[in-house]
Amino acid sequence: MTATLAGLTETPPEKRRSQLATRRRSQRAFRWVVVAVVLLFFAIPILSLLDSSSRLRGGGREWSAWDPILQVATSSDPSSRLIRDGLVNSLLLVAATLVLMLLLLIPTMIWIRLRAPYLRRIMEFVCLLPLTIPAIVLVVGLGPVYRRVADLLGTGAVWLCFIYAILVLPFAYRALDAGLDGIEVRTLSEAARSLGAGWGTVMFRIVLPNIRSAVISASFISLALVLGEYTVASLLARRNLQTAIFLVGQNNVKTASAMALVALALGFVLLLLLSLVSSRTSRKATS
Amino acid sequence: MVTTAVTAAAPRGGGRGLGSRLGVIAPTVPFFVYVTIFLVLPTGIVVVGAFQNDGGFTTSNLALLNNPAVRSATFTTVGLSAISAITGAVVGALLAYALATADPEGKLRRSVLAICSVLAQFGGVMLAFCFIAAIGRNGSVTQIVLDITGTRIDTTWLYEFPGLVLVYAYFQIPLMVIVFLPALDGIRPQWREATETMGGSTWTYWSRVAGPILLPAFVSSLLLLFANAFSAYATAAALISQANPLLALQIRGALSGEVVSGQQSTAKVLAFLMVVIVAIVMTLYALMQRRASRWLR
Repeated sequence: MTATLAGLTETPPEKRRSQLATRRRSQRAFRWVVVAVVLLFFAIPILSLLDSSSRLRGGGREWSAWDPILQVATSSDPSSRLIRDGLVNSLLLVAATLVLMLLLLIPTMIWIRLRAPYLRRIMEFVCLLPLTIPAIVLVVGLGPVYRRVADLLGTGAVWLCFIYAILVLPFAYRALDAGLDGIEVRTLSEAARSLGAGWGTVMFRIVLPNIRSAVISASFISLALVLGEYTVASLLARRNLQTAIFLVGQNNVKTASAMALVALALGFVLLLLLSLVSSRTSRKATS
Repeated sequence: MVTTAVTAAAPRGGGRGLGSRLGVIAPTVPFFVYVTIFLVLPTGIVVVGAFQNDGGFTTSNLALLNNPAVRSATFTTVGLSAISAITGAVVGALLAYALATADPEGKLRRSVLAICSVLAQFGGVMLAFCFIAAIGRNGSVTQIVLDITGTRIDTTWLYEFPGLVLVYAYFQIPLMVIVFLPALDGIRPQWREATETMGGSTWTYWSRVAGPILLPAFVSSLLLLFANAFSAYATAAALISQANPLLALQIRGALSGEVVSGQQSTAKVLAFLMVVIVAIVMTLYALMQRRASRWLR
């Protein structure tokens, strides 16, 4: 023990510096190897999607499997029709879910912060609950609830928005919560109130503009989740984009692969936009 | 509606009397009613339904858990979740460490992190199709191997347990990176320097300093990954349409009328079992998370 200590105090600074340099070099090599291997694992399945949507059995390429997608608006091809239905339903669902989610969360969250902070813990608990309850479990219990919904509103796919608003709750809540943490809700609202603003003005003209980027990121993540949702739609026998892709895949694998690629690219773009927006907000919050 | 409730409550000065108390709570009512109908009620239906037979309370439904098909599905689901959580956690931790040693503002870290945050949400039909396109019977990788070596590799394993492990790794690894990286970022370089000043080697540093500090964070991430794989349905459902080897797929079978035991409550009992297991894992996760945050903030 004393020997090592004595040895260490005598280590010349140059030797220590070269030790550090060696470590940094080996860390860099390790970093590139790990990143390259994992990225390859991520890339291969996606590239395969592109490859197998066009590859012919004997070799060579042919892109006709993309036709039902490229002419999705007009073609009478059965695959086209499925995708068109699914896409329209999913877009309607996105809109309905976003409206519902924002209407449910934003006023309640602001109100609880301002006037009823003792409800904050329970709201947080409720909002994070869907992370613990698997969607498949919810579906089992939703049977009777959705029979009621069908009696009242019909069986349209768009009414899935009720359950989708629940599924996006944890993610949307976290995004909005972080946004509200970043501003002084109470101070802002007291300032506005003392200048004679009503609660409506506080809500829509003071707080909302200040958490715009949080609203955007909550919307993006909800959008991505709704576009990718399969479990609930397939088990409640409603058609959305994902169940449509699945059905197309039953008899036209190439077109389904192509469509999966399009949907994937769409999701990628949306979520990259999201990570841009959220990294901008977090930087603003820390500075 | 918000405005009227407030004007009624405000003059009395915030939350003394019962009336004003109700006035303060009123605007939050729509949210809680909605959540009750679409989240609490379905969960309640599952839990109550698992213990109900012809309107009366019973525990006889739970006999279903002894059914061989259900038992094997439970073991397979737990096994799959455990193995995919461990592979995801180990590979993800390596990747996270590689990112933690990189320049925090650098391009590499930011782009890999962005990719991970996309892929962690990725799953379901598209993911299943990705892997069928890669290593299915006519998959690209299968084809390349055939072209190079002249042998057609057996691809039936993709639709079985090993295939699920591989496919689940695709969203488990990115999830691990996202949840574990903050813990690695919390490690201070000074700790390593202190270890070295006192004569410790790299091994000492990892086994006596960094390892014990990171362990709770690693275990809690592992538990999160387990719960994530356990509740996953869409990917497995899109990949395996013939058999029902997992609990979630057993529920699909029960809902679509393939009855395992002739009871109506099958789906509810299976769903209840899933809730119980996920709830246990998530509770452990929350406890671990609290421990993990002791050193790393």
